Amino acid sequence: MLETKPNVATPVAELRGVVKRYGKVTALAGIDLALQPGQLTAILGPNGAGKTTVVKLLLGLARPSGGSVDLFGAAPNDPATRRRRGAMLQIGKVPEVLTVREHLDLFASYYPRPLPIAEALRRAGLERFADRRFGELSGGERQRTLFALALVGDPELLFLDEPTVGMDVEARRALWQEIRRAVAEGRSVVLTTHYLEEADALAERVVVLHQGRILADGPPAAIKRQAALRRIRCRTLLGEAELAALPGVRAVTRDGDRVELLVGDAEPAVRELLARDPTLIDLEVRSAGLEEAFLALTATPRGVDAAA
Amino acid sequence: MSTAIATATADRSSSPATPRGFRARLYAREAKYELLKVLRVPAYVLPTLAFPCVFYIFFGVIFGRQAMGPISMGAYMIATFGAFGVIGASLFGFGVGVATERGQGWMLVKRATPMPLSAYFLAKTVVSVLFGAAIVLLLSVLGYTLGGVRIEPLTWLGLAATLVVGAIPFCAFGLVLGYLAGPNSAPAIVNLVYLPMSFCSGLWMPVQILPPFLKRLALFLPPYHFGQLALGWLGADEGGSPPGHVAFLAVFTLICLAAARWAYLRDEGKTYG
Repeated sequence: MLETKPNVATPVAELRGVVKRYGKVTALAGIDLALQPGQLTAILGPNGAGKTTVVKLLLGLARPSGGSVDLFGAAPNDPATRRRRGAMLQIGKVPEVLTVREHLDLFASYYPRPLPIAEALRRAGLERFADRRFGELSGGERQRTLFALALVGDPELLFLDEPTVGMDVEARRALWQEIRRAVAEGRSVVLTTHYLEEADALAERVVVLHQGRILADGPPAAIKRQAALRRIRCRTLLGEAELAALPGVRAVTRDGDRVELLVGDAEPAVRELLARDPTLIDLEVRSAGLEEAFLALTATPRGVDAAA
Repeated sequence: MSTAIATATADRSSSPATPRGFRARLYAREAKYELLKVLRVPAYVLPTLAFPCVFYIFFGVIFGRQAMGPISMGAYMIATFGAFGVIGASLFGFGVGVATERGQGWMLVKRATPMPLSAYFLAKTVVSVLFGAAIVLLLSVLGYTLGGVRIEPLTWLGLAATLVVGAIPFCAFGLVLGYLAGPNSAPAIVNLVYLPMSFCSGLWMPVQILPPFLKRLALFLPPYHFGQLALGWLGADEGGSPPGHVAFLAVFTLICLAAARWAYLRDEGKTYG
């Protein structure tokens, strides 16, 4: 695990030994995380990794089964604490008959010193939609409204749970701009995502979460090095044991004669493959997605991955 | 720029003063938007208002001039269907409203904000009370114009006030239902509770007509006590003690609020991913 550079500032939020169970399922299996002020920390992980659970615990929307959580040194759902933060959650629906402006007006009233509504609208690029009912907005416009609602309280700490999901490229880039601006203004930001690209573009610090544990914690460049794997696909008669023994192979999946290998560097493995099996066909080499990278990072025995 | 924010932050967290009228504005806005949310859905507004009126026309107007104890059936049913309508507005407003907002994850978003839970409850109560008042008004107009009902103005005011304030226990009960039910089952669950409970409390057929077994059961039902308090203004109740009815409803309200608070605290928004 990579260490962040030592920081003497008081953490703005802290999880200590946090465990969270939902019935028989363990969502978080022991998390220690201290979030630094004025930074954008990305929590990166595939779906089901526990990212949303971390956010819910930090917001006091759920309580840990073990360990402790605090925000600004106090309980996460303490009223004074709640006034210093804003959150953009992934939710199903927002009351559709109220307009964007009305939603903002209501949320602004929860904070003693909110941003002016016009300002929140501008930052989220919603000026043209201010008086449109939420139900009439497109997916991207809805996301931006949720972002505006998180920001309208002028929070010191901003939580963004998968903020650009479902957005087109242009909308995503526009939101990234606003997020960067929020950090530049001195706010602390916690952003969860399953897009490595997003974490890379925005974060000073990336915490990689997988199956309820922190796999890695460090600057984006370091994470990319660890997570950049390649996927080799081909049809071959070579056996699993032989394939697993190829240089750099992290995982092997087989379906009939179709085979998929996860490797660090592709070239040594491909050279060996071609040397050992001249009848090999349908060779394909691509970047592995984040999912496979995590599976490989956590799968210590090199062998058949039944889940893939 | 960071230092500017840091100083501002320090100022904000150490300053005890919040702008004057901040809390009042919060509660007022919450109530305003809760009302707008409901008024903009005619599919909710019309049935909620029309349902008790339709019942009243069938039972109260058609049999209006028959005697029901010391008063006419038309007058009697302003009290009973008034109670019935007020209870419905509260149970549906809260029961279905809260369950739906929970299911959508909207409750989770609001809980993450500094909104106090009391503001949410009060706002929805205001809406239910306003609907209750509208229902009482409509029934009274129907009774006066179609049913030949004549009630002393002061008596009517007392009756109307009792009916409107009596929404509160059922707002609390609706809140509990909203936490127990899921968003899809809520309308069914509310109906399954609302209709039999109202019937057995003598809010459709006068309680005097019900079989003895149901008459005994009624004593345990909050709508019965509510109905009796309303009828008391018209001198048509069963002779029970008004403070007794009020006490029953007060205890019922407190139990519901406690149960709702307990449900709120354990609800961790598991209805979505």
